[in-house]
Amino acid sequence: MTYIPHSPLERDEMLATIGVKSLEDLFKDVPAKHRFPQLDLPPALTEMEVAAELQGLADANDSTRELVSFLGAGAYNHYIPSVVDHILRRGEFYTAYTPYQPEVSQGTLQAIFEYQSLMTSLTGMEVSNASHYDGATAVAEAVNMVYAIFRGKRTRVVISPTVHPEYRATLRTYVQGMGLELAGDDPTSDLEASPEALESLVDDNTALVIVQYPDFFGRIYDYTSLIEFAHQKGALVCVAVNPIAMAMLKTPGEMGADIVVGEGQPLGIPLSYGGPYLGFFTTRKQYVHKMAGRLVGETVDSRGQRAYVLTLTAREQHIKRERATSNICTNQGLMALASAVYLSVLGQTGLRQVAELSYHKAHYAAQELSKIKGFGLCFMDPYFHEFSLCCPKPVSELNEHLLEHGILGGYDLGQDYPALKDHMLIAVTEMNTKEEIDALVEVLKEAVND
Amino acid sequence: MTEITLEMQDVKIVEPLIYELSSPGRTGVTFPDSDVPLADLPDDAMLRKELPLPELAEVDVVRHYMHLSTFNYNVDGGFYPLGSCTMKYNPKINEDTARLPGFAFTHPLQPIETVQGNLALMFTLQEWLKEISGFAAVSLQPAAGAHGELTGVLIMRAYHKSRGDAKRIKMLIPDSAHGTNPASSGMSGLEIVQVPSDEKGNVDLNALKEACDETVVGLMLTNPNTLGLFDEHLEEVVKTIHACGGLVYGDGANLNALLGILRPGDVGIDLMHFNLHKTFSTPHGGGGPGSGPVGVAPHLVDFLPAPIVSIVEEGDDDLPPLYGFYDPPKTIGRVKAFHGHFGMHVRAFTYIAMHGPDGLRQIAEYAVLNANYLQARLRGTYPIPYDRICMHEFVAEGRVEGSDIRALDIAKRLMDYNFHPPTNYFPLIVHEALMIEPTETENKRTLDRFAEALVQIAEEAKSNPDLLHDAPHTTPFGRMDEVKAARELVLCCWLPEDYKNQ
Repeated sequence: MTYIPHSPLERDEMLATIGVKSLEDLFKDVPAKHRFPQLDLPPALTEMEVAAELQGLADANDSTRELVSFLGAGAYNHYIPSVVDHILRRGEFYTAYTPYQPEVSQGTLQAIFEYQSLMTSLTGMEVSNASHYDGATAVAEAVNMVYAIFRGKRTRVVISPTVHPEYRATLRTYVQGMGLELAGDDPTSDLEASPEALESLVDDNTALVIVQYPDFFGRIYDYTSLIEFAHQKGALVCVAVNPIAMAMLKTPGEMGADIVVGEGQPLGIPLSYGGPYLGFFTTRKQYVHKMAGRLVGETVDSRGQRAYVLTLTAREQHIKRERATSNICTNQGLMALASAVYLSVLGQTGLRQVAELSYHKAHYAAQELSKIKGFGLCFMDPYFHEFSLCCPKPVSELNEHLLEHGILGGYDLGQDYPALKDHMLIAVTEMNTKEEIDALVEVLKEAVND
Repeated sequence: MTEITLEMQDVKIVEPLIYELSSPGRTGVTFPDSDVPLADLPDDAMLRKELPLPELAEVDVVRHYMHLSTFNYNVDGGFYPLGSCTMKYNPKINEDTARLPGFAFTHPLQPIETVQGNLALMFTLQEWLKEISGFAAVSLQPAAGAHGELTGVLIMRAYHKSRGDAKRIKMLIPDSAHGTNPASSGMSGLEIVQVPSDEKGNVDLNALKEACDETVVGLMLTNPNTLGLFDEHLEEVVKTIHACGGLVYGDGANLNALLGILRPGDVGIDLMHFNLHKTFSTPHGGGGPGSGPVGVAPHLVDFLPAPIVSIVEEGDDDLPPLYGFYDPPKTIGRVKAFHGHFGMHVRAFTYIAMHGPDGLRQIAEYAVLNANYLQARLRGTYPIPYDRICMHEFVAEGRVEGSDIRALDIAKRLMDYNFHPPTNYFPLIVHEALMIEPTETENKRTLDRFAEALVQIAEEAKSNPDLLHDAPHTTPFGRMDEVKAARELVLCCWLPEDYKNQ
């Protein structure tokens, strides 16, 4: 079926008004030999049929609803209060577009303004844009921004090997045409080294230093002295953060970071097999003119009412074209709204609770797992809700065994880091009960005793 | 709606900010107490002291956002003919299928054996998009149209580089192009050469030929272009670019006009992005998330972003195939984390499945019918600089003989008639442009009412121009002081300073 509302009579009246005989007559500019191809696609289904087909595909998956999940590595299984999706399903929000006409878009505009505010509160920074595609592209846009700030005169970017492997891969793709050199992007380097080890890579040509907090292995560091060192060299620092951890930990803003970005998925956005998620981007006010992406600012309307508009649009592609900082056009509007609703309804108490529950449960899991013979914690540094577990058997083998018991095991770190062969990255959130953690321990115990 | 009027420096507050609704110690959601022993917290110096987030009850949050939502114009509420954005109706079933727990609660890094439903859906969508566009392979990874463009430009660059052809640094871009085209090329370090349009709105062939040499990476072509016109010399344009060794990138923003009408790959276009949020009805979400898959011709397949969904083990009579991931050998790399906007893939899949080949062709036919009908109704009232049969949209000039009103005034006045204005001041090559794209999901009655409103506004422009200058009158908000916003740069709010003492 289609969603076309025309009756045959209306269609014919319209064709007559246009002055053509048939619908085909409207396509005479299209090269005749390629016009009206027969598409080899399955015949149309009714809504009833398509609902059943999609249900069948969904049922062919084992989701984190059926499995007990200890998988994280950049996407986290947190509880999403009902209210979030109820707001998202308002047609007034999801069937609107970019608020080009502020007189009839104040809902979206005020919601984005509030989102921007919430992100600066979380990260301890001064300004936030209206969002990017995801955490990985937000990191890449940080490089774009810094490239514009230095007008291309500094051409080195230092990135810690403990930044998410897919973020580093995305950045490698983005910089292909930019004439930038990436340093530090080496998974064989010493993963136990302190953040200050990166200092040896920072030189007078370095534009940006990128670190992650907690890092890919869940570890938390105070980056203050690294940031001071980078600043002495004239470089800026970008910290990619987990927003839930920000409820508990010293912010990168307090450490002196220039840019704080991250993946907003943990803030009320379903796992949805990897997307759509939310890239948040915050920085210092002095850089706002070089920041990419949409930005909402406060103003008044002709009736003296407080109102909001897209502002500093002269930075953007539709005006600056090839001289724009970035080509970004859309933001992740609806996902930004989801995170704003989530943060509003949790508030400081709820978000702290989520962070602390995740922290304590992860530490309980780590403690119990490291008691099993042959297992141990890989790193000794403080961590948040994720940790690297050294295993006596290949991770793939252990994960197969866990899956047979309905448990989704951790991420196999050996895929990305040769030195971490047989290491599993385990994530624990408020969703994991003690019973589930104990089951994980029991099944792993049994797996090595087999 | 009730208007809450709090006096604050003489500015009326229609809906307070979420921070202004906060009260210390309140929360909308609580979580269970910890069922594990508490661990030692990190060193005090590593802990945050204050977390200045607003504190509301659930009902406050619901009322706040409900109230905000009433300020938004939207497709569910009315006609939204925003040119080049394809604001068609978003079917409700799509929202249900994307939220099926089997999809919505799968983790992107699960073992492939546990997500065969997702992978089968993505594989099939890749196949369908290939068939619809005439390309040899598709990547679903790019997150939006502009992201697809960047992906495409990097593929073009990598292709030339792989052939040892290092001198190609110029991207040709018609003057009618979307701003994202030059911006995407600029991000990839390329030099932009603008190609003018001829008097009929086509790419100026002579100018194109002059710009073509051995330094050309390619041409970024939007067809139908942003005037809503199908380029009459499309095949010659493609031939000209190929003759100098360049590639033709198709901006798929306007694909809605071509479904079942023309497959871009069939006329030699080398690669193209799709906008699932335009052509395939995934919602615009107030500015995203979009989804911008990229399709390529056979010679570019190896350069697609990694990974692509593929069959890793063929099926047989008893067993379905096993789907998994595949990295093209010369891939440009990944363009984002994970596998793209999967939730949008589910919606687009649902939409294509419900249309089938005939339904897809009808989409294009009726989108083009609606645009031509509106163009015919408005001819004579507003100048139409490139007046011929259009595709899914057309561009009129927002001016009226004997009046000083501008496109902006017309756009604002349309809101008083309860319509969303067309895109204005784009494309840049039309003076006072009003770019009108009705889409196929609007009925004749709506189009008639819209045309009548525009005709009446043209009358008002002559008889009572101030009515337009001061418009809109009936919307919840009036025209904005944009200069104040840019000068003062108030970009966020906080909890009040005396918050703790409240």
